[in-house]
Amino acid sequence: MPAPIRLRELIRTIRTARTQAEEREMIQKECAAIRSSFREEDNTYRCRNVAKLLYMHMLGYPAHFGQLECLKLIASQKFTDKRIGYLGAMLLLDERQDVHLLMTNCIKNDLNHSTQYVQGLALCTLGCMGSSEMCRDLAGEVEKLLKTSNSYLRKKAALCAVHVIRKVPELMEMFLPATKNLLSEKNHGVLHTSVVLLTEMCERSPDMLAHFRKLVPQLVRILKNLIMSGYSPEHDVSGISDPFLQVRILRLLRILGKSDDDSSEAMNDILAQVATNTETSKNVGNAILYETVLTIMDIKSESGLRVLAINILGRFLLNNDKNIRYVALTSLLKTVQTDHNAVQRHRSTIVDCLKDLDVSIKRRAMELSFALVNGNNIRGMMKELLYFLDSCDPEFKADCASGVFLAAEKYAPSKRWHIDTIMRVLTTAGSYVRDDSVPNLIQLITNSVEMHAYTVQRLYKALLDDISQQPLVQVASWCIGEYGDLLVSGQCEEEEPIQDEVLDVLEGLLVSNLSTPVTRGYALTAIMKLSTRFSSVNRIKKVVSIYGSSIDVELQQRAVEYNALFKKYDHMRANPNPNIAVITIHASNSTEADMTDFVFQAAVPKTFQLQLLSPSSNVVPALNQGTVTQVIRVLNPQKQQLRMRIKLTYTLKGSAVQDLAEVNNFPPQSWQ
Amino acid sequence: MIQFVLMVNRQGQTRLSRYYQSVALNRRAALEADVVRCCLSRKKDQCSFVEYKDFKLVYRQYAALYIVVGVTDSENELSIYELVHNFVEVLDKYFSRVSELDIMFNLDRVHVILDEMIQNGHIVETNKSRILAPLSAIDKMADS
Repeated sequence: MPAPIRLRELIRTIRTARTQAEEREMIQKECAAIRSSFREEDNTYRCRNVAKLLYMHMLGYPAHFGQLECLKLIASQKFTDKRIGYLGAMLLLDERQDVHLLMTNCIKNDLNHSTQYVQGLALCTLGCMGSSEMCRDLAGEVEKLLKTSNSYLRKKAALCAVHVIRKVPELMEMFLPATKNLLSEKNHGVLHTSVVLLTEMCERSPDMLAHFRKLVPQLVRILKNLIMSGYSPEHDVSGISDPFLQVRILRLLRILGKSDDDSSEAMNDILAQVATNTETSKNVGNAILYETVLTIMDIKSESGLRVLAINILGRFLLNNDKNIRYVALTSLLKTVQTDHNAVQRHRSTIVDCLKDLDVSIKRRAMELSFALVNGNNIRGMMKELLYFLDSCDPEFKADCASGVFLAAEKYAPSKRWHIDTIMRVLTTAGSYVRDDSVPNLIQLITNSVEMHAYTVQRLYKALLDDISQQPLVQVASWCIGEYGDLLVSGQCEEEEPIQDEVLDVLEGLLVSNLSTPVTRGYALTAIMKLSTRFSSVNRIKKVVSIYGSSIDVELQQRAVEYNALFKKYDHMRANPNPNIAVITIHASNSTEADMTDFVFQAAVPKTFQLQLLSPSSNVVPALNQGTVTQVIRVLNPQKQQLRMRIKLTYTLKGSAVQDLAEVNNFPPQSWQ
Repeated sequence: MIQFVLMVNRQGQTRLSRYYQSVALNRRAALEADVVRCCLSRKKDQCSFVEYKDFKLVYRQYAALYIVVGVTDSENELSIYELVHNFVEVLDKYFSRVSELDIMFNLDRVHVILDEMIQNGHIVETNKSRILAPLSAIDKMADS
């Protein structure tokens, strides 16, 4: 049989393939050749074949039949064999294959090999994919190597120890003695991996964390040396001495200083020094500053230092490099709750970032802007945010709209401003607002009695312009149905519609292709309501009866019920009983699970009579995704103050819940 | 920590892949294709960090090759950005002005270099000479 081709040859061949099918054919041919070569137990070419297999594996073809061959390579005496064998093991094997257990003995021998590169290979592989059993067996060897004076092995042993600790946390104690003099190493590779090992131990065990706090002075010293040492060709990156080590040390200091006054005090000076002396012209310096800022914010630093940190972030925001701006916004978002005032100072820069071209930067700027809104800056901020809402990508609109609603609810300077803002959101991003914003908005409008006329006029005008945005259309229809009388009563600031025009618009909604079934429901109900407010009752009767045979079941049901109202209860139309108060309850659920079997019950004092109509549903969806509405009619012939005891029962996450309450704050209009 | 290191060209072909967090073999292809699509669609003026599922991608473009490093949320992105450049500088030193073809035809050597720099998702060594020392030893052994 001819000698198997070399890896290069294979790569060259595959590159000539013009289609995926051709490539697959070549690979299959080669795989067959490799398989027969494996069967012949050929030691000379095993290495070459496995190398080719790894290449094909990278391209996405199955290579599992080479797993056992990797083991044979690892067991070989030749270094080139071992190298490919271990690489293959790391790429092809993981804990789930039983094959990997067979490696344990080989690794054990290689950990004690005379050549340091072989020992290094073994450490690397064990640290990459060793299972818990393997780690348990070989932890002793790793610990031994952690104490060796050979820095090449020591650094690898440290990271291998990290893996062992992850797999078998109980073994952490075992490595404690070896850590004693890790930090006195001069070799940066060892220092770096030692810091990683210490970090891992501190993160896993509060006892270790307390124990290692005494290392803070040593860490501070090492950091100081790095900064003051001047040019060192061995570790220099763009003029800074081993930035990777500096970053790692800063991160360990962060963990050690968190919630501990003494440690935080000990590192105050060095942090201030790094923050003020680091070169900011290149990315390296900024990477270190970034880590420093994160550390300052997390430990118990004095306020001067914190302000320094936030100012660094503020400077980052003005940097031309978009990476730096991104990182600054992320950090500010983390600190805005705790250092609100300091972040406020950079508000205008943050708002400018809303116009950035990068999606991630825009998103963070938006979140940060919402976090910074307060009673003082609401008008200005809202202008910017609404402008952002107009021009941003669709993926932002839902979140932005929700944010605007929340902010407006908390800080609105006036009811008129509030309603204007909401209308602006509905007209610009109407199709992106969440479903629960419609009932919330209706609630808001209902409660602002003095704004009813203004609101319904503006909504009517918006409808004339555009009927495609469903939430807007729904709110508008509801308002017209409820306050239609104000629309045609002579209170309009501009041109006033007549009754027929209004009905034209609502009927238009019913027939338009743009309207969803939910919207049509709103429109039909609105038309029905107008039958008590407008005089063109016959027209309304006709419309309603048409929809009694609509294909849409929801619409049909409504139309049929309204028809019934016309037929059976017309006598009530003339003088609707002034003693009857109609109360609508909206129930919403902000917990994470649905509330099922929801039942609302109410009891009133003896002089009242209560009628509960059926609820819209007895499931209240989770996370405010929908509301249950129910109508209560209260007959109050003696015109006494309305009081009510209510009882809610529902099932939440499998257990039954019962809630009792008294409602005494009904507005006077409901019973006078 | 670092979850994976990928080198992909503009056509979406993987030139190097190394995973430090166990990812099932059958999901790797999909992950790589997805990550590549994400990076290739970025424009010049967008930053080099992308949020992807529950980790972050840090990518840098060198000629027609993209180097993408997937990291957990707790990692310092700017530092990883520097690390990628360090890696390229090491390759440059070894191959004398490295090109995509160099990486393709010497994949095993590039893996050796990567293993000397990153182990287990953490940085082991950043000094170029120390990283290349074992490789020179192997080369000497191979020649003799």
